[in-house]
Amino acid sequence: MSDRHDTLVEVENLQVHFHLQEGIVRAVEDVSFAVKLGQTLGVIGESGSGKSVSAQAIMGILPMPPAQLKNGRITMYLPNNGMGMRSVVLTDLPTRGGEFRAIRGKEIGMIFQEPMTSFSPVHTIGNQIMESVLLHIPNITKKEARERAVEILGRVGISRPERRVDDYPHQFSGGMRQRAMIAMALACNPKLVIADEPTTALDVTIEAQILELLKDLQEEFGMAIMYISHDLAVVGGVADEIIVMYLGLVMEHASAEQLFENPRHPYTQALLRSIPTIDGTLERLATIQGAMPSPFTEHMGCPFFTRCDQRVPGACDVRRPPIVEVEPGHKVRCVLYE
Amino acid sequence: MILYIVRRVIMLFPILLLISIVSFIVIELPPGDWVSNYITNLRNSGIELQEEEAARLTAMYGFDQPSYVRYAKWMQGIVTKGDFGWSFQWGKPVNDILRERLPFTILISFSALILSWLIAIPVGIYSATHPYSITDYIATILAFVWVATPGFLLAFVAAWLVFHYTGFSPLGLNSTDFLDAPWNTAKLIDRIKHLILPIVIIGLSGTGATIRVMRANLLDELKKQYVTTARSKGVPELTILFKYPVRIAFNPLFSTIGWLLPAIISGEVIISVVLSIPTMGPTLLRATLAQDMYLVGSIVLILSSLTVLGTLISDIYLAWADPRIRFEGTGK
Ligand SMILES: Nc1ncnc2c1ncn2[C@@H]1O[C@H](COP(=O)(O)OP(=O)(O)OP(=O)(O)O)[C@@H](O)[C@H]1O
Ligand SMILES: [Mg+2]
Repeated sequence: MSDRHDTLVEVENLQVHFHLQEGIVRAVEDVSFAVKLGQTLGVIGESGSGKSVSAQAIMGILPMPPAQLKNGRITMYLPNNGMGMRSVVLTDLPTRGGEFRAIRGKEIGMIFQEPMTSFSPVHTIGNQIMESVLLHIPNITKKEARERAVEILGRVGISRPERRVDDYPHQFSGGMRQRAMIAMALACNPKLVIADEPTTALDVTIEAQILELLKDLQEEFGMAIMYISHDLAVVGGVADEIIVMYLGLVMEHASAEQLFENPRHPYTQALLRSIPTIDGTLERLATIQGAMPSPFTEHMGCPFFTRCDQRVPGACDVRRPPIVEVEPGHKVRCVLYE
Repeated sequence: MILYIVRRVIMLFPILLLISIVSFIVIELPPGDWVSNYITNLRNSGIELQEEEAARLTAMYGFDQPSYVRYAKWMQGIVTKGDFGWSFQWGKPVNDILRERLPFTILISFSALILSWLIAIPVGIYSATHPYSITDYIATILAFVWVATPGFLLAFVAAWLVFHYTGFSPLGLNSTDFLDAPWNTAKLIDRIKHLILPIVIIGLSGTGATIRVMRANLLDELKKQYVTTARSKGVPELTILFKYPVRIAFNPLFSTIGWLLPAIISGEVIISVVLSIPTMGPTLLRATLAQDMYLVGSIVLILSSLTVLGTLISDIYLAWADPRIRFEGTGK
């Protein structure tokens, strides 16, 4: 349990399975973390580790079916009309009901990976930003909503926003669309923004600009960010805390400093070895040996066992190790630290 | 947008010209012509026909001239006087025949189209939003049976059922009592009663396919990322459904209006024959058999023009509905 006063969203023992014809995908097995007010939580892991599914669970946009929320609790702490805090258990709310909808878009905004397909092709960018403003801000007129859309588009770096607001998505470049997506997520001043690999589809220079923009916006608006990426270097640059995920489990959870200076889990260590350093570009990059197991396998022990260079046969593969705190604020799930 | 429409309308003229030429070639194509057939028939039935007399007949109907002259005359009549020529088979102007049948065919066809959409669109939407539910399975099976059932069979069975259970014969345009009666309320009601069955049968015969198209389109759209984006903004499900995917799923439906119009107008030939209602379809059929050249040519010309016109309408609709098309080629 983390400190309630600075906690915004708390995820406890989340478990999400996909029931498919081919079998059960254990997308998220046991994931716990907290997002703190105004801070950035980095979520990192290889493809298929359950990052997006965890984010979808918080947003209440899991595709059900086939997804099934097997276990876990997600709680959000919100100000109670200026008098203390109230807690909302998101996992208890019907995902399509009014109460959850009042939170989606208003308290939590989401930025998706594909800026090209995330907008409706037949409505203007302005229309799609205004939609969320009109929904969540009571008694606002269309004119005011439009002004808000222009203002926020200007803020994310779209030049001449009063004209571009009437453009259609196909008239925007990829980078501009992702900026517009950020504008849309921020339109109602949410307390949390979930950015699910927002720069994966963009080239490197634009990626840097978008990261810079997110940091600036966070300073200005003070929202918390949950930043999902499979690139540890990117996350290291923006996050206060980082969780490392592998096949639906949190393997390591620490502050960014702790994680880079003193990585504990063999998986994290392997990930760090695969980051190119500026002075060491000539060295051969270490890649993690072996391939990810099929998503349909059920793991008795640690799912990283098959690829781990420090594995302990007879211990790792028989029982899943619990996640334990090895020093304040630094948790690891590995038999080496039990 | 205006520019786009103007461009499309200008392009219409050469296409229509081409269509008229093709229509004329079509009617010239079969060996022989109506007059020579007529003359042969007269001779066969034992009537003595002098050569001069035959030549006079040929000249009277204009068959002594080369075909391009006849084409020019035919076109001149249509363009300057709206005169589609003479029907040999009926012994009266093609215009009279068209005037009797065309409005009425269009009425039936449009009502049928609207009826079919009124049923197919809601069912398609329901099926797509509740995929693999019991209701979806039932709708899917019915739609398949529907697609596979020939319309004329449906017409036979329905006509027989109506007659068997109500004693009312739904064939033709009016009951025999009213055939020569002057127009009054009773005759109008009788006419409407006769129209219901053709509209329903013709309408239903397209419904199964439309349900399938609507369901498939919408299922595709619902999976798209922009739907999830809208959901993540807290937009209510019904608003999402109708603001985004349903609208986009309509497009393929509307874009088929072009070939739907003539298909509906001529395609119900067999149904119309079964229910013995004088729409364009059966008229075209009989005119073709009789080599009634100008009537065939006119109907083919009108149907093809409708195709072109329908395509224009759906293109304009698509340009209006989809900005990606609208902006194409006009710069920014
Ligand atoms: N809609 C879905 N239907 C079936 N399986 C799914 C669905 N969404 C996710 N999964 C499965 O759940 C697992 C976790 O997926 P998730 O999208 O969370 O991975 P991720 O960590 O976000 O990876 P990436 O870096 O590729 O985005 C994967 O094995 C994936 O195949
Ligand atoms: Mg993902």
